[in-house]
Amino acid sequence: MYKIPLLGDEAIAQGAIDAGVSAVYAYPGTPSTEITEYVLRSKEAREGKIIASWTSNEKTAMESAMGTSYIGKRGMVCMKHVGLNVAADAFLNSAITGANGGLIVIAADDPSMHSSQNEQDSRFFGNFAMIPMLEPSNQQEAYDMIHYGYELSEKFEIPVLMRITTRLAHSRAGVTRKEMREQNALKMPKIANQFILLPGNARRRYKMLLDTQDAFTAESESSVFNEYIDAEEKYLGIIACGISYNYLVENYPDHKTPFPVLKIGQYPLPRKLIEKMYNECDEILVLEEGYPLVEESLRGFMNNGKTIKGRLDGSIPRDGELNPNIVANALGIPHFKGRESSKNVVGRPPSLCKGCPHIYSYNALTEALEKYARGRVFADIGCYTLGALEPFEAINTCVDMGASITMARGAADAGLVPAVAVIGDSTFTHSGMTGLLDAILGEAPITVMILDNGTTAMTGGQDSNAFGKIEDICIGLGMDKKHIHVLDPIQKHHDKNMAVIKKELEYNGVSVIIPRRECIQTLAAKIRAEKRKVKLATQ
Amino acid sequence: MKKDIILAGVGGQGILSIAAIIGTAAIGADLYLKQAEVHGMSQRGGDVHSNLRLSDKPVASDLIPQGHADMIIAIEPMESLRYVSMLAENAWLITNSTPHVNIKNYPELHDILTEISALPQHIIIDADNIAKDLGSKRAANMVILGAALPFLDMDIKLFHDAIKTIFGRKGDDVVQMNIDALKAGWDFTISKT
Repeated sequence: MYKIPLLGDEAIAQGAIDAGVSAVYAYPGTPSTEITEYVLRSKEAREGKIIASWTSNEKTAMESAMGTSYIGKRGMVCMKHVGLNVAADAFLNSAITGANGGLIVIAADDPSMHSSQNEQDSRFFGNFAMIPMLEPSNQQEAYDMIHYGYELSEKFEIPVLMRITTRLAHSRAGVTRKEMREQNALKMPKIANQFILLPGNARRRYKMLLDTQDAFTAESESSVFNEYIDAEEKYLGIIACGISYNYLVENYPDHKTPFPVLKIGQYPLPRKLIEKMYNECDEILVLEEGYPLVEESLRGFMNNGKTIKGRLDGSIPRDGELNPNIVANALGIPHFKGRESSKNVVGRPPSLCKGCPHIYSYNALTEALEKYARGRVFADIGCYTLGALEPFEAINTCVDMGASITMARGAADAGLVPAVAVIGDSTFTHSGMTGLLDAILGEAPITVMILDNGTTAMTGGQDSNAFGKIEDICIGLGMDKKHIHVLDPIQKHHDKNMAVIKKELEYNGVSVIIPRRECIQTLAAKIRAEKRKVKLATQ
Repeated sequence: MKKDIILAGVGGQGILSIAAIIGTAAIGADLYLKQAEVHGMSQRGGDVHSNLRLSDKPVASDLIPQGHADMIIAIEPMESLRYVSMLAENAWLITNSTPHVNIKNYPELHDILTEISALPQHIIIDADNIAKDLGSKRAANMVILGAALPFLDMDIKLFHDAIKTIFGRKGDDVVQMNIDALKAGWDFTISKT
C-alpha cells in the first residue's frame, strides 16, 4: 500500500481517524499541537463528522473525552507533558472510573526543553494512574498503536496513555494506513454507577484496578510492541524504550546488535522478558528518553543486584534527549566526532516578530514602570514570554499557565505594590480567570495586562477561546468597569497607552488593561489566503 | 543510496518548504525517509534546522549522527556554519550568501564567507538576487534547493512533481515560478563545478 509522509503527531491523528475515533479534544502545546490540527484539516474527519475541538485547557479536554468514552464512543485527548499536570485530577480519576468506549490520552514530552519549562516524564503519570501505556519508536508504530490502544482500552475498559517525545512528534516518515473502521454506536456503560466515584463505589473500582494490574502486565508480556531480540553476546543486555531503540541500532550495520535487546513499547513493564534478560546477561544498559524510570525500578532502592547502567551511573547524561552519539558513547563504540565547530557562529534566540503588537505593549508598560524599582512584572506562557529577552527585558517571571495573575496577587498581598501581571488572551481563559477572581475578591492592588492578539500564537495560531469575551469575563468576575481599559498597541498610541497604564498602576485595586491587536502572523496568513482566493477566482 | 542532509536557516525563511519538497520527492522515488523538524518557540526569528535522511534501506534514527551529514543546505550564511561539526569528510555545504541580521552581535560576513570558502566542497549562491531577477523574492529557498540538487543523485523530475503537489493549490504561476527558481539554482551549481 502507498506510504504517506506523516509527522509522528500526524500519524497519531490519522491513526485515530482510521480507528473510528468520534471526538478529539486538546489544548495546543508544543510538541502535541499538530495532532489536533491534522484532524481539524482532514477531509475524512469532516466527512465522518469527527469532532475536533480546541478546549480552554487540558483538564476540560480530558473530561470531554471521558464524556465521549462514557457513551461508548472512542475519544482522544492530546496535550503536552505539562498539560497533563493541568489534566491530572481528571486523568488519575479516569483510571478509577475506567472507560466505556476506548479512551486514549496522548502526552507529548519535550526532553531537552526545546519549547517547554521542564522535561518531566509522562510515564510517571501512567504508573501513578496504574493504567497501560504505549510508547512508539517510530511513526508507523505511532499509527498502529492507536488502533491497538483502542482495542486494549475497550478490552480492559481502561484509559490508555500514549507517551511520545518531541523527536517523534516532529519527525516525518512514510506511514502505511490500515482500513478505516466504523465509529462505535452509542452504548451506555454496562454498570450504571461505573462513573460515580462516591467513596463506597470508588473503593470497589480502585480494587478492580488493583486486581487488573497482573492482566496489564501479562498483556505487555505478549504484546507485539515489546520485542525480545536475542543475540550471541551475553555480557550486556539492552533495554531500549520507545525512540531510543532507533538511536541504538543506528550504531550497528544492518541495525543488528551483538547483544540481546528488549525493545519496550508497552507498559507496565513486561516482567517475564525483563527477568529473562536479567538472568541471561551480565549487565544491563537502559536507554530511555526522559527520566530514569525503568532504570530506577530495575535497580531498586538497595541497588544490590547486577550492574544496571543508564542515566544514574553516568553512562548516559542525566538530562536532555538522547541521540545516536550519546548511545555510541555509552556502548564504547568509536565514532567520527566530526569537524571543529565554527567560531563564526553566535546564538540566535527566538524573538518577537517585526510589528508584533506585544512590542508596543511592553514599550508602554516598561516606560510606565520607570519610577518604580524593577522586578514587579509577573508574566505567563506564550509568545510574550520572549519579552524576557533583549531588548525588552520587560518581565520577571514565567512559571506555568496562569501563574502571572496569581503570583502578582501573592506578591502584592505581601507588600509589592504595584505588581503587574502579563498574560495572553488564550492563557487567560486557560488558567487566568480563576486567579483574577481571587484577586478581585482579595482586593489585591495589581494591574493585569491581558495581551489580546486574538489567537494562540506561540503554537501557530489556533483559535483562542477568549476571542470576543475578555471584557465580559472580567465584568462577570466582578471587575469594576471603570478599571478595564482597552488599548491599541501600536507606536503612534504609545504616549496615550503609557498614560493609561501609569494611572492604573497607582490605583489601589485590581485593574485590567487589554492591549488588543491581531497577531501579525495570523493577519499575514489571512491576507495571503484572501489574495489566493481572489487570484484563483480571476484565473 | 544514502543522503543525510541538514537544512538550516532562520524561522520563517522556508526551511520546512524545502524539507517538504525533498521529502515528497523521496517518497516518489520509493526511498525511505526520516525528517526531523523544529516547531514551536524557536520558529519566531530564531535559528531553525531540520535533519533529513534519505536511503534505499530503512532509516533508524530521526537524528543524523555527528560527523555523518552528507550535506548542509542553508538559507543563511551564518546558519550554514552552525552545524558544520555534523558534516562527514567529503560533504557539501550549499548556502545562500545573503545574511539575515536580526541580532546585534552578528559576526563579520567576510569572516563567515571566508570560512565557508575554505571548506573543500561548497557552493555560495546569491539566491535572493537570483530569485528577485526571476520575479519572486519568496522563491529564494527554491533557488538554494536547486543549487543542491546536483549532489542529491535524484531525478529532477521528481522535484518538479513535488513542487506541483505542494504548491499546486496556489496556482499554476506559483508552480512555474518555483520550477524556474529550482532550475536557476541548478544551472548556477553546474556552472561552478
